[in-house]
Amino acid sequence: MLSKGLKRKREEAEEALGVDAWWLDPGHPAVAQTPPAVASSSLFDLSVLKLHHSLRQSEPDLRHLVLVVNTLRRIQASMAPTAALPPVPSPPVAPSVADSLLASSDAALSASMASLLEDLSHIEGLSQAPQPHADEGPPGRPLAGTPPSLGALDLLGPATGCLLDDGLEGLFEDIDTSMYDSELWAPAPEDLKAAPEGGPGKEAAPELDEAELDYLMDVLVGTQALERPPGPGR
Amino acid sequence: RNKTTCLLKADIISTVEFNHTGELLATGDKGGRVVIFQREQESKNQVHRRGEYNVYSTFQSHEPEFDYLKSLEIEEKINKIRWLPQQNAAYFLLSTNDKTVKLWKVSERDKRPEGYNLKDEEGRLRDPATITTLRVPVLRPMDLMVEATPRRVFANAHTYHINSISVNSDYETYMSADDLRINLWNFEITNQSFNIVDIKPANMEELTEVITAAEFHPHHCNTFVYSSSKGTIRLCDMRASALCDRHTKFFEEPEDPSNRSFFSEIISSISDVKFSHSGRYIMTRDYLTVKVWDLNMENRPIETYQVHDYLRSKLCSLYENDCIFDKFECVWNGSDSVIMTGSYNNFFRMFDRNTKRDVTLEASRENSKPRAILKPRKVCVGGKRRKDEISVDSLDFSKKILHTAWHPSENIIAVAATNNLYIFQDKVN
Repeated sequence: MLSKGLKRKREEAEEALGVDAWWLDPGHPAVAQTPPAVASSSLFDLSVLKLHHSLRQSEPDLRHLVLVVNTLRRIQASMAPTAALPPVPSPPVAPSVADSLLASSDAALSASMASLLEDLSHIEGLSQAPQPHADEGPPGRPLAGTPPSLGALDLLGPATGCLLDDGLEGLFEDIDTSMYDSELWAPAPEDLKAAPEGGPGKEAAPELDEAELDYLMDVLVGTQALERPPGPGR
Repeated sequence: RNKTTCLLKADIISTVEFNHTGELLATGDKGGRVVIFQREQESKNQVHRRGEYNVYSTFQSHEPEFDYLKSLEIEEKINKIRWLPQQNAAYFLLSTNDKTVKLWKVSERDKRPEGYNLKDEEGRLRDPATITTLRVPVLRPMDLMVEATPRRVFANAHTYHINSISVNSDYETYMSADDLRINLWNFEITNQSFNIVDIKPANMEELTEVITAAEFHPHHCNTFVYSSSKGTIRLCDMRASALCDRHTKFFEEPEDPSNRSFFSEIISSISDVKFSHSGRYIMTRDYLTVKVWDLNMENRPIETYQVHDYLRSKLCSLYENDCIFDKFECVWNGSDSVIMTGSYNNFFRMFDRNTKRDVTLEASRENSKPRAILKPRKVCVGGKRRKDEISVDSLDFSKKILHTAWHPSENIIAVAATNNLYIFQDKVN
């Protein structure tokens, strides 16, 4: 799964780490019990699966997520002893873990790992502003003023975009667009806004052609996912 | 509580709590309902029914909600119930789901006024012109009615999931804790809370630890503890500063090198923390053990009890089926001499701190005929299985006892086994 990286002698690796890397010691009882490569590889897969599953929840269980991520980091570190990683929780781990994996051959895995760690920042959802107690108010943020950095992908959920194999199209498959088809949600072009006074705008309204409607629908779905009408509740 | 044969998810009990006198026992479930049981008064006529708990009140505490901004459903499951000490004829309790805490008043009505002047017997307004005499309404007895009314709703203060609530010994404030923050509330004020702990990192990528439980000291209203997913407990003093990010004491046991595994951190994650009634000790529950800590000794617990150490060799399978993430609670008895916690296969364990004896009991219909004596159970860990023992591989991991409660002064315990509530009493001859 992971190709061979640069090999260094084990003693050098441990010295470079400067910390107790018990999982590298074949004499350690826990390590000696099972063939390490087999055990950690399947555990790694299992952990990645759990992480994916957790991130796909609309509101991930933070404790579960953090525990799985930490376990994954441990397993990762034991599988790539040449990466010379300090163990968590020092902050630089995230980018260096991603970097070391990027050096290995499995591009899809490394891309997803890097994005997984990045996705942790999206878990809170929309509230990104580091105000001290302002976000103690209604979780999320006021409708007015979309942060420019957030795109439709972020608004739809933490795990989307980076982890789906079928790309962007898959994101919209389950969105029920029948609501957008009804007149209630159709956007009002400039002419319609002038309608109350009568005049040319009024006649133009029912004759909005299909191409324009399609274009407006795309705009709606792209930028107003937030203002999607409430679901049925259960 | 009716024992149905099919398991409805909404009926799964999610919290159990006695009130301060033990007269009432409240349960909350996944469907957002609260059921309160009341202990029957002792009666000379029915001695054998003395001390039985019967349903007193049932009400819907929380409903499923939809967060429109995040397009998320908020579960109605009751995570915790905590009683307030009784100060008048009514009972008050706090109940919480993932996001909202509610204060409920439970009161009795056994009289109703009759003889209104402006209303007739059906409650319809009378035409004042038809009233020729006045009378004074009188109170007449009626069948006892127990009503539950929501008196306060404490909402919009938690971005993450609430795991704990704790009433302060000043009876004026309480705290609510979620994965990353703890807020302090005044019972009278619902639109404002004070944030007293915040462990959210500036960059969420750096998140490695969450808050798992929190509780106020039983006597010192300025002191509280909170536990973490890394197996640590922090004791904080609110007098030290407004934001208690710096702890007064830090409790952590060094890792045992011979027991290290990839799962070390997960099994060290503390699922419950409880002060002893005396306030001198705290008890913590992690996946495999219960530990008792002396507040004056931070570097290790004074007692460690193995709940189900036979699971240590099964951690990989338990990780696979997510059982390793189960959150078990733990409780003290009234005198702090015995501690109790749940396990799998509907087993629960009790540890006597003085005699160092422990017992495994089972909460199941087959083994619990009314007034029958519970038989101790034993798990066979290897080798020859004796009769009446159960082997580790036969344990049913879907039958977990996560929630238990102990009467504040008597040997009466309540054990929640999925959707069934068991109440066991110690009958002293």
